[in-house]
Amino acid sequence: MKYVIALVLGVFFGAVIFAAGMIYNPFISKQKLSPITVTDLQTITLAFSGVSTENILFTNDGRSRVDTYPEDVPELWERPIRQTSAMVTVMRDALNRPAGIGVKISSLSEKTRLFNGEMLVDSVWYVYLPGKGAFFVEQVENYWGYFKEVVYPAYRSSANTWKGNWLGDVTFGPGALATAKVTGGSGKFDGMDMHGVESLSVRAWSVARGPVSADGRLTIELPPVAIPGEE
Amino acid sequence: MLKTFLFGILLGIVAAAGALYAIPAVDQERRPSIISVTPNGGNTELFHINLPMDRIMVGAPGRSEQLPEKLEWPDDEVLSGVQVELFKVNNAIGKVIGVASRVLISENGADVVDWVIHLPARGSMFVTMRTAPKENGSRTGRLRAGSREFGLLTGIVSERWVVDTSGEEDAPSGRIELTATYIGAAELLQ
Repeated sequence: MKYVIALVLGVFFGAVIFAAGMIYNPFISKQKLSPITVTDLQTITLAFSGVSTENILFTNDGRSRVDTYPEDVPELWERPIRQTSAMVTVMRDALNRPAGIGVKISSLSEKTRLFNGEMLVDSVWYVYLPGKGAFFVEQVENYWGYFKEVVYPAYRSSANTWKGNWLGDVTFGPGALATAKVTGGSGKFDGMDMHGVESLSVRAWSVARGPVSADGRLTIELPPVAIPGEE
Repeated sequence: MLKTFLFGILLGIVAAAGALYAIPAVDQERRPSIISVTPNGGNTELFHINLPMDRIMVGAPGRSEQLPEKLEWPDDEVLSGVQVELFKVNNAIGKVIGVASRVLISENGADVVDWVIHLPARGSMFVTMRTAPKENGSRTGRLRAGSREFGLLTGIVSERWVVDTSGEEDAPSGRIELTATYIGAAELLQ
């Protein structure tokens, strides 16, 4: 009997050691510098709130940690869309002025491989900037770094919260250099094929409510010719 | 006993690694795609949106009743010509399979309708409809971009409002029919 207990305890500790190795291994999914942050080409940077209740609308299956907003919004409870969320937000320019409207629809990705440090989300953005035009962004996001450095420490904290300053790119593909694919739809963006990166800046996260203080940023690299507007 | 414990630790590490590697962490439910082949080439797929039950949101400036009721549309001039709608999307047999946004832009006297249709298990489509609506109210646009399953496809998508005439008590007032005609990328001859 004592050998069985020793074996069971050993298996339990083995699993715990493996989990700790996954969390603390610095080589898994180490963040790389996005090529867009060092590009010579012109970029458009748009900011939005990373807190659901600071946007125009946010909805999910209604059971997730992140609250839907406003409270009477229909939830995405049907099985094929249960792992999907949708957000409508005001996109702001570098001077924090409203620049347009953005719609983001995201779903957990079946390509998620926690073993490789890939906690993936398939997402698309539709962004319309009055006077400039509209574009569509398709991307795969990786939230492993965010989980490891924000969410997990919040769970470990006795107050069930995390406070600090986390800044990271969440875009993981489909571009080979971890960039999103951006397609111009109308206006001055019409016909343009571009690249983009989404990043998150988190200052507070709560186990009960998810992000408490966070901002997102969408950076679009414009092609060498045809520059729409400022920045 | 110590050897058994150490063996257990090794077994635990291997089992945890194997489970994490082999068991998918995310499994999206996928309904079968209902696609028909058109006589002149390409494939057609029909989606529809029952109104008002599949509507998640309608936001527009100056609209007295927003949906949901507590929605606060930003009172900013920069968004004066934009109307955003969000819907759940059904397949041809009435099962919800995705989420779509429809953005109506009124600029310089012309209307543009942009659709993003997101099917979690399959991918997303971006459609721009610039044409004026036809006599029957339908509008047609080009599939401008897509992700995953729709990434290599081109084609057209049309929207049409169909009023419900069933007379049933709990029937929708009507539905938006979206008909997508896909054309795959040409294959190279060997």
